[in-house]
Amino acid sequence: MTLQSRLTETSRNEERAKPAALELESVSYNYGQRKALDDVSFSIDPSRFTVLLGLNGAGKTTLFSLISHLFSPRTGRIRVFGQDINRNSGPALRRLGIVFQARTLDLDLSVRQNLLYHASLHGIGSRIARQRIDELLHSIDMSDRIEDKVRGLSGGQIRRVEIIRALLHRPSLLLLDEATVGLDIKSRATILKDIRALVQKQGISVLWATHLIDEVSQADQVLVLDKGRLVADGDVPTILAKTSAETINQAFSKLTGITELNVRGGRT
Amino acid sequence: MTDAAATFAGSDMENRRGFTLIQYLVCLKGILQREWLRYLSQKERFVSSLVRPLLWLFIFAAGFRQVLGVSIIPPYETYVLYEVYITPGLCGMILLFSGMQSSLSMVYDREMGNMRILLVSPFPRWYLLVSKLLAGVAVSLLQVYAFLAIAWFWEVKAPAVGYLMILPALFFSGLMLGALGMLLSSLVKQLENFAGVMNFVIFPMYFASSALYPLWRVRESSPLLYQICLMNPFTYAVELIRFAFYGQIEWTSLIVVIVVMFVLLGGAILAYNPARGLTVRKQDMGGN
Repeated sequence: MTLQSRLTETSRNEERAKPAALELESVSYNYGQRKALDDVSFSIDPSRFTVLLGLNGAGKTTLFSLISHLFSPRTGRIRVFGQDINRNSGPALRRLGIVFQARTLDLDLSVRQNLLYHASLHGIGSRIARQRIDELLHSIDMSDRIEDKVRGLSGGQIRRVEIIRALLHRPSLLLLDEATVGLDIKSRATILKDIRALVQKQGISVLWATHLIDEVSQADQVLVLDKGRLVADGDVPTILAKTSAETINQAFSKLTGITELNVRGGRT
Repeated sequence: MTDAAATFAGSDMENRRGFTLIQYLVCLKGILQREWLRYLSQKERFVSSLVRPLLWLFIFAAGFRQVLGVSIIPPYETYVLYEVYITPGLCGMILLFSGMQSSLSMVYDREMGNMRILLVSPFPRWYLLVSKLLAGVAVSLLQVYAFLAIAWFWEVKAPAVGYLMILPALFFSGLMLGALGMLLSSLVKQLENFAGVMNFVIFPMYFASSALYPLWRVRESSPLLYQICLMNPFTYAVELIRFAFYGQIEWTSLIVVIVVMFVLLGGAILAYNPARGLTVRKQDMGGN
């Protein structure tokens, strides 16, 4: 074995030893008789933008609730950077930043009060929290809204504050569930751009759940969820090749058995 | 977002360490602060929490004063006016309403998504729930003292030591009733149903207790109701508060209240456990 190949071997081993940002192993979940998730397995790489595509009702939110330990899967395992979410929920949750689909800010409290509350839920004292809040709000040009009640913010602003909140404790993996739903085109683009910048510049791993195909970019890892089953997992070229489709839009239609028209139309 | 580059990078070391005692306190403080801010932002909640017991004191008690004579029973050393008799019961009522109301807000929180933010905190779930409970109790203690201050001008007075001793009595009773509310909030599926629970829990607990009439009077009219009152933990909360108000400890009540508190709290923590949890329902999903 040459020195060159040994070195490659070593780096491969290191690569293997490094845990995935998120790993699911045969995860299933039922609501009574209805199967919400059926034997879902995948892993996502650190420092990568991964899109979880699925129509409404595909099981995306159930998946997010399981990953964020709101409840536990009946079968299967979930690991966040190697930490089992059920056995070691504390360390796993510390590395997770979560933006839920439903609005979760307290409308009657100010932006600062909401963010300070979140910081305290992660054991971050008010001095450091205030500093981080100032920096993060500044980065999205919302410093002047810090004392405003959340009730007075626009939908896009609320979303961006929620994203900032999810970043306050400096997570390594950020989960966003339909973060751009109900927002105008400009807010959608800004948010998507900001999140992509986080992956590129800070090396955060992102799992972005959406039903909007135009949010997928060529370099992303794509997971397609359909009626609780994972029907595709890979980068865009791989998925196109597997489905013999020309666009990701076409591929998605083939995988989920819907017409393209519905997909383009956004919500179905 | 580039300006804040340095603030994002998650440090592995920071994430792997457990939480320190200080961090636990930071978390508790944050939860207390939020409850307090929410309370302040809802002025009508403060007013209604005071008006309710005052109506009972000013109107109900004044009307019943002539009808219902209260004989000398411990801890009272003389004949007392009906207002004096029902004041500890009204303190209990504040705690009961407040415990149910804060769990009502938990149902609301859960539906609005705020409960999720609490539950995805990396602190142990029991700690988060207990902190939430303590926050609710702290707010209701203030309500009770505000009520007692007004009652003082209405000539319902206790020895100074009573105002001090009532504090732990209110605290344990508040925790017990708050834990009951928390357990109910995890069992009740929807907000609408919760209104029903208010009627089926608050009023029966309040009326079938020693809050409004001494138990010996209840026994005279209905031995069955007397037995029901004796099985009602709210009776013990009221008696604990009543004796404490006069500087005495009613040991049976204290033990019952603490035991019931732990049982209900254990039930609530179990109900919010993700694995065995009863919170696992479709409507919790928000999304699909």
